[in-house]
Amino acid sequence: MNIRHAKTFLLGALALGFLVSVVASHFNSYWLFITYDIAINVILAVSLNLINGYTGQFSLGHAGFMAVGAYTAAVITNQFGDLNPFAAGAVFSGALLAGGALAAGAGLLVGIPTLRLRGDYLAIVTLGFGEIIRVIFQNMQGVGGARGLSVAHGWTDFFWAFGAAAAAVYVVAALVHSTYGRGFLAVRDDEVAASAMGINPVRYKVTAFVVGAFFAGVAGGLYAHSKQFITPGGFNFMQSVSIVVMVILGGMGNTVGVILAAVLLTLLPEFLRPIAEYRMILYSLLLVVLMLARPQGLFTFRKQGDAK
Amino acid sequence: MNRPSPGAEKLDSPLLQLDKATLRFGGLAAVSDLDLSLGRNELVGLIGPNGAGKTSAFNLITGVYPPSGGSILFDGRPMANRKPHQIARAGIARTFQNIRLFASMTVFDNVRTAARLHCPRGVRNALWRGRSFRDGEKEISGQVMELLEIFQLGKFHAAAATSLSYGDQRRLEIIRALATKPKLLLLDEPAAGMNATEKAELMRLIQFIKDRFQVSILLVEHDMKVVMGICERIVVLDYGIKIAEGTPAEIRAHPKVIEAYLGD
Repeated sequence: MNIRHAKTFLLGALALGFLVSVVASHFNSYWLFITYDIAINVILAVSLNLINGYTGQFSLGHAGFMAVGAYTAAVITNQFGDLNPFAAGAVFSGALLAGGALAAGAGLLVGIPTLRLRGDYLAIVTLGFGEIIRVIFQNMQGVGGARGLSVAHGWTDFFWAFGAAAAAVYVVAALVHSTYGRGFLAVRDDEVAASAMGINPVRYKVTAFVVGAFFAGVAGGLYAHSKQFITPGGFNFMQSVSIVVMVILGGMGNTVGVILAAVLLTLLPEFLRPIAEYRMILYSLLLVVLMLARPQGLFTFRKQGDAK
Repeated sequence: MNRPSPGAEKLDSPLLQLDKATLRFGGLAAVSDLDLSLGRNELVGLIGPNGAGKTSAFNLITGVYPPSGGSILFDGRPMANRKPHQIARAGIARTFQNIRLFASMTVFDNVRTAARLHCPRGVRNALWRGRSFRDGEKEISGQVMELLEIFQLGKFHAAAATSLSYGDQRRLEIIRALATKPKLLLLDEPAAGMNATEKAELMRLIQFIKDRFQVSILLVEHDMKVVMGICERIVVLDYGIKIAEGTPAEIRAHPKVIEAYLGD
């Protein structure tokens, strides 16, 4: 993305989202809900890409952060009855931000102790964290436990979903495309060399975890207010894996590729409805084939070093 | 420390001073009781047979490993138990024996990453992209391009760092280290893998860097011709112990050095 026009892009996306949301009621609601899923998955994939792709930390706990955001936002908005659109917007944005903030706190919590770990070890710890979150919600009777929690308001619409997606893309792209942000890549490429150049790897890793978790939390809040019903099982290990698949499919550290992959992998199951039970087989197969044929990601066309 | 006139004193005091610095891995002392002192704008060679502890000494100075004993003073400040990035900030930069460039980045970005050290702008600045961000980025770009031009790598600024020739990659690593504006530059076997012509050029380059950037240089090198040719003073390690120190001529004639290299 061109740095100069980054802010214009963000404002344009927000305006477009708003315009579409005004006329959205004329659209087929089935496809409308799928576009929300697309936006939510874009947020999840782009934010995980900051952690896994740009910073090179293998996190398998993104669904955990998503769950924190989903439950937080749902509990907050459930306190309110019917509101006029303006008040609803205020409450909803507050709830989304609160969900994101709590998820970011969780990201900080996971980020700090896991910094001594690398590669597979970090993957296992983040996986364990995701499971802990899920089990906690499963046993929290106040939010419905394993039965799930119904969300009173279906406030997620085109504007909120795509506004948040645009914000996530903007934040990750703006961070990475700066002299400051080259530090994320430096930590990924060679931690020893990076620290010898005065880069504090711990700081960068924690920042990546916190920012990534924040947007996962926001995505969770949007998800909750789109489906209007959340269960702990919806944030299980498979959910984390499918976000990882989007990142790998798109190409680690390639924001545009990851967005395309998120869109593709959201639409694919819809077209594969008839064989829904075999979807996971397809996922796994896709991963194996991909690793063999295009280890750099489906949408990474330039050689890595040439990337601007 | 008791220093009445720090300004005048500081320039006389050594830039780097190791006092009985020791690095132990279990029972093995990779570096033991090493005393080493390096003045401002001085070029010192650190030599020794394979496994003598030269790179370990580097890792000790740059904080990759905390010392098991002894003290390290840089610019009069204790460096022991500081993290590598803090030591880099204090003014010590290094290159690596096996080249460690940032492989996914361009030549420009490799240097830019290091150049950020003295312009600490962070998350908020990068997100807001306001005037101070743009000015800062422009300033860093200018510094990076200037550095690259000095070393004739300007035309490769947009190329992948790993696409450079071996000699240029070594040079880029030195440029990257210089971008942190160090007071002390540690070069770990810069001549490794170079042919005679490249070595001769490297010797000129090191001399040039020392004069142009006014840095002190500590050089670990296997190639005797390079070390003897440019170093003002040489320290010889063997089994982690300093066995000799002196001018190139003195070292060449030192019986312990000859014994260490040739056996008795």
